[in-house]
Amino acid sequence: MLKHRVIPCLLLKEGGLVKTARFSDPVYVGDPINAIRIFNDKEVDELMVLDIEASRRGTEPDYGLIEQFAGECFMPLCYGGGIRTVEQAQRLFALGVEKVCIQSAGLADMSLIRRIADRFGSQSVLFSLDVKKGLLGGRAVHRRSGGRAESRSWRSVIDEAVRHGAGEIVLNAVDRDGTMKGMDTELIRQGSQGLPVPLVAVGGVGSLADIRKAVDAGASAVGVGAWFVFYGPHRAVLITYPRYDELVALLET
Amino acid sequence: MHVAIPAIQCGNFASVVNIIAKAGGTARLIEDPKELEAFDRVILAGVGAFDFGMSCLEDGGWIEPLDRLARGGRVPILGICLGMQLLCRRSDEGVRPGLGWIPADVLRIDVEPGSGLKVPHMGWNTVKVMRPNPIMPTDGEEQRYYFVHSFHAVCDEPSDVIATALHGQPLTAALGRANVMGVQFHPEKSHRFGLALMRRFLEWTC
Repeated sequence: MLKHRVIPCLLLKEGGLVKTARFSDPVYVGDPINAIRIFNDKEVDELMVLDIEASRRGTEPDYGLIEQFAGECFMPLCYGGGIRTVEQAQRLFALGVEKVCIQSAGLADMSLIRRIADRFGSQSVLFSLDVKKGLLGGRAVHRRSGGRAESRSWRSVIDEAVRHGAGEIVLNAVDRDGTMKGMDTELIRQGSQGLPVPLVAVGGVGSLADIRKAVDAGASAVGVGAWFVFYGPHRAVLITYPRYDELVALLET
Repeated sequence: MHVAIPAIQCGNFASVVNIIAKAGGTARLIEDPKELEAFDRVILAGVGAFDFGMSCLEDGGWIEPLDRLARGGRVPILGICLGMQLLCRRSDEGVRPGLGWIPADVLRIDVEPGSGLKVPHMGWNTVKVMRPNPIMPTDGEEQRYYFVHSFHAVCDEPSDVIATALHGQPLTAALGRANVMGVQFHPEKSHRFGLALMRRFLEWTC
């Protein structure tokens, strides 16, 4: 049977690996190539690398760096950040990236997803959405790269991305990012309900039990940031990943 | 061992080249079918739609020379993902005939409504190896591989099925006969399991 995937999510800023808390205060955690090598040795299910500055600054993906990542990854690699055209996606695929993750450019124009999916298949294009809880408890789209507020509901944006051919949806709970205090299972439940493609839930994992809860709420895959790069109360940098037998025991039945 | 990878338009070859290097071989993308003679094995890799894959092979003049190698029986050939499906006769995904080296048809994956199973079959799955073969061990540790596909090959001859993966029903994970093998999953993205498979492919003599 197909396994639920557990995916380290690494954030890039100016070529270094960082980790944010609630999308702010990026802390430098090390050299990305070194981290990717360690994750490869630990046989992670998949790896997601997101450049958190590229779209905000309007820069291109760092192709040289990404090619090095792909050379170290003997598992699927997903890259996101600064992708605005089909040609950029094509260049990333040629370097050995399996999946591209679209956010800012998709919010502006969903047809980018359609054009990538038509050419390379839906399995190769993910749409990622950041969702934040408001003061009154309602959830709304959060725009990482700034710009005007989003008028559509977060769920309708996801559905639109799927209609345009997104093969997976990455759903980030902004309020949980970097907290390691558990995932927003209600968000996962609402996001996965009736969703015809896999949902990758991200934000808040701090234990194996959190991963199980996300899967029970409907996630096909769980993305993990802080918990795989920090250790102990003082947040020392230590790259970890559960053993395969631990994940099997956690996620079976 | 020197592996030729036909550089057809629908491939993502960097990862395949990387894993062959890691497995101790060398691989080169070749643009001209005439170059095939200089290599001792061939990998057909590709992602995308069946008809597009066949038209890439046809436009590049690959079909006749590859056919000769397949029928010659001496040069090991491995199809990966779409490359595996192209070894078959036809596909629900398109109208063009396939290479037809393996008597099999490629059908859309059917899942029970309400089963919660999704198409594409995407992610890591374990496989059951059905018979001794040159590329996958039949005993020892459980093997798992990374899959992404919406269509699956159904062989006429059960003996052509090398391994299956369960997704509601058993799907053909690997198939082959004589010097032609195909895997539906991505060995180049399957950690040490894929690496072991590639090593076996490099050691395989027909």
